[in-house]
Amino acid sequence: MLRLLFLIPFFPFAGFAALALGGRRLGRRAAVVGAGSVGLSALATLVLSAAFLISPPRGYAYTQTLWTWMKVGGFAPGISLYLDALSLVMVLVISIVSFLIHVYSGSFMSAGEGRRFFAYMNLFVGFMLTLVLADNLVLLYLGWEGVGLCSYLLIGFWYKDAANGRAARKAFIVTRVGDTSMAIGLFLLFARLGTLDIQELLRLASAHWQAGSGLAVAAALLLLGGALGKSAQLPLQTWLPDAMAGPTPVSALIHAATMVTAGVYLIARTNVLFSLAPHVRLLVAVIGAVTLLLAGFSALVQRDIKRVLAYSTISQVGYMFLALGVGAWSAAIFHFMTHAFFKALLFLAAGVVIKSLADEHDMFRMGGLRKQLPLAFWTFLAGAASLSALPLITAGFYSKDLILWDAWSSASGSGWLWAAGLAGAFLTSIYTFRMVFLTFFGRARARAGSLPGFSIKAPLVALAALSLAGGFVEAPGVPLLSRFLHHALPPFKQAAGIGAGAQLVFEVIAAAASLAGIYLAYQLFLRRPAGAGALAASSAGGLLHRWWFSGWGFDWFYDHGFVLPYSWLARAGRSDLPDLAFTGAARLAAAAGRLLGRTQTGRTRWYAAGIAAGAIIILLLTVN
Amino acid sequence: MGVTFYISAAVAVAATFAVITRYNAVHALLYLIVSLLAVSLVFFTLGAPFVAALEAIIYAGAIMVLFIFVIMILNLGPQAARLERAWLKPGMWLGPSALALILAGELAYIIVSGGGRGSAGEAVVGARQVGIALFGPYLIGVELASMLLLAGLVGAYHLGRRCEGNGGPAGSGRSGGQAP
Amino acid sequence: MMAAVPANYGLLLAAALFILGLAGVLVRRNVIFILLSIEIMVNASGLAFVVGGSRWRQPDGQLMFIFILAMAAVEVSLGLALVLQLYHHLKSLDIDRASSMRG
Repeated sequence: MLRLLFLIPFFPFAGFAALALGGRRLGRRAAVVGAGSVGLSALATLVLSAAFLISPPRGYAYTQTLWTWMKVGGFAPGISLYLDALSLVMVLVISIVSFLIHVYSGSFMSAGEGRRFFAYMNLFVGFMLTLVLADNLVLLYLGWEGVGLCSYLLIGFWYKDAANGRAARKAFIVTRVGDTSMAIGLFLLFARLGTLDIQELLRLASAHWQAGSGLAVAAALLLLGGALGKSAQLPLQTWLPDAMAGPTPVSALIHAATMVTAGVYLIARTNVLFSLAPHVRLLVAVIGAVTLLLAGFSALVQRDIKRVLAYSTISQVGYMFLALGVGAWSAAIFHFMTHAFFKALLFLAAGVVIKSLADEHDMFRMGGLRKQLPLAFWTFLAGAASLSALPLITAGFYSKDLILWDAWSSASGSGWLWAAGLAGAFLTSIYTFRMVFLTFFGRARARAGSLPGFSIKAPLVALAALSLAGGFVEAPGVPLLSRFLHHALPPFKQAAGIGAGAQLVFEVIAAAASLAGIYLAYQLFLRRPAGAGALAASSAGGLLHRWWFSGWGFDWFYDHGFVLPYSWLARAGRSDLPDLAFTGAARLAAAAGRLLGRTQTGRTRWYAAGIAAGAIIILLLTVN
Repeated sequence: MGVTFYISAAVAVAATFAVITRYNAVHALLYLIVSLLAVSLVFFTLGAPFVAALEAIIYAGAIMVLFIFVIMILNLGPQAARLERAWLKPGMWLGPSALALILAGELAYIIVSGGGRGSAGEAVVGARQVGIALFGPYLIGVELASMLLLAGLVGAYHLGRRCEGNGGPAGSGRSGGQAP
Repeated sequence: MMAAVPANYGLLLAAALFILGLAGVLVRRNVIFILLSIEIMVNASGLAFVVGGSRWRQPDGQLMFIFILAMAAVEVSLGLALVLQLYHHLKSLDIDRASSMRG
């Protein structure tokens, strides 16, 4: 049964091929092919999961080699798929969420765009699944690059507007920086360890490399660079808010649920390397903590509803990095799962709002929509509650809470990390419910146009259910998920001397933070909306407001530090400077010719003078 | 007798200087005739009576007459003299004088410090000797000179023709008056 | 009988006349004057030959002078014919007008 593993990535690729080659004749049915192929993949995933759980293979890992990709010297990676607990969880989440989003897109995208859109989306899902199921780092890198390509294609989907193209290029180039770092890391690993097969690699690394050795640090840092790019963490986070230029299903799928978590997956997969370099692992946690705060502050002041969600994604992925950094591997994956559910839900519901108001993104121009779009309101509320980690009834509560507890209690955790995470949770509640109150409550400033149909409502409801109930697989005391993931990931190392009741205390504190945030948002944005305006209008407030709005000035810094000098250099070199050596010689010859041409005056006396001068010179030379 | 040489030399130089500085063409011509006659006298003092005679007869007598004929054909009158005055500003002399003086200095240096010692004009080499040498070893020169003269004759005849008919001088097919 | 003159002085005279002729060629704009100056130069070179022949007491110098004379005659006749043609075309005796070969 497990031999059907290859079908999981195969179906989306087949869908892409069908749409790319024969899609023109399909018209409206392109959506069926697009969503159907991912649906088949999700079905295969469910079947395989059942088979895996019922009769797990030896060592809880199954490898399927399809064929050998290349054979160069001693380097012979294969197209090999590797199924273990970690990749199973990833594949399940990816395929189910993708399927729901594809169903939603069927009605969301207009008929003319369907073929190209679903072709790109299918290609993306195929590459993402390849990335997650890859047995060796080369195949993983193929999937990595593939999702980057599809992200570019989909962000710039409406390419006729130049701004979309710029956003797509920005995303591609920034992630490219990370990809280059990762590629160098792969070179290093291959040069030192002789293989890129992941399990083999990790075994050799832990056998030959000392903890804290330079090679381990270098390899881990380089892979971290790649992860930072794809997951939009500091310092490569600037592309994600601009990537909201793409259609909303794209934002939901790529920039909320799947691609941005590729970095998290990479670190979880190669956790042995990171454990061999404890300083790098600490760096991962610190980057996660700083990013989640930075993005939280930025989300607080945005006007565009999708940009709030984008910064929120950066922040939540920061939580996952924080968890990875303190050694809470399963907690990170758990948060990935719940985040995929509620963030995709938030994006899709926001898409309904945007579409019904005829492409209005500015929240300050919305309001009072809860009566006009009831389903969108309730599902959005469910997602928002999960994002804010509303206690007990939402999945987000369990996953975020687990991360906070692990940040405090881990052997490599610290109080500072916990405090950062707590502050982040507080911020999250504020900006999330700011979004809710501005969009759905208050005075209605615009009338909702089109109302969503069934194929839009169904995925919303499904995701809402998952956002609320999905957390129960890992409630305190019921650690189903982490027990399952321990077959693939190292267990969590708790620091010594933590009391038994401490966890409950911390949970209460976290719950209080989230509720306090909701209350503050209620006061500022619902009860007395002028209050927030006054705060923003004050001099210090205005400064902070502008600074957070621009994403802490990172865009300005990168523009002036890298982009402008490079463009200047490119423009200066446009005249092909090395060519100047050759054209310069030609121009010199021409100038010399023109100069000598000036001696041809056509005047006889001038020539006679020339003869006289020549005679003088010859006499000078010949007579001693 | 040596004094004759020096006096004739001075006259020749002065007359030649006058030739190149006159505004009137006829005046210049006349000064040139004077210069040629002075050089003829120099030949006499150098003991070369034959060429002295030739100089006077042919150079001063024929060639200068040619010049006079052409000047009369061209009818260069007072306005030509005015034109010359305009063209010969003192500033014009700078460059040519510089070149000429440098060349003069070099030639003087070569002549004075070079090998040439000896004195000229000690013996008279008469027409007889010249004739024997001319029709002896230098016979081929005579033949070549005759061919040269023939070429000159034909050329002068052809070049002297008017523009109608076969077109003018070299460059047939181009009508007159190209832009300067 | 014949008072001898140092040959150098004869050569110096020839050089002086030659230089004056050269200056005339370079300065004057009228074609006639240029031709005159050329004649001066030819004459000066002939003088140099004669001086040389006289120094060695041989007729060769005078012979060269005869040939030079023949050449000068031919050259003057052709030159003046050309001057007439030039005058006919350019309506002027300014030699700077005949500079369409410039560049």
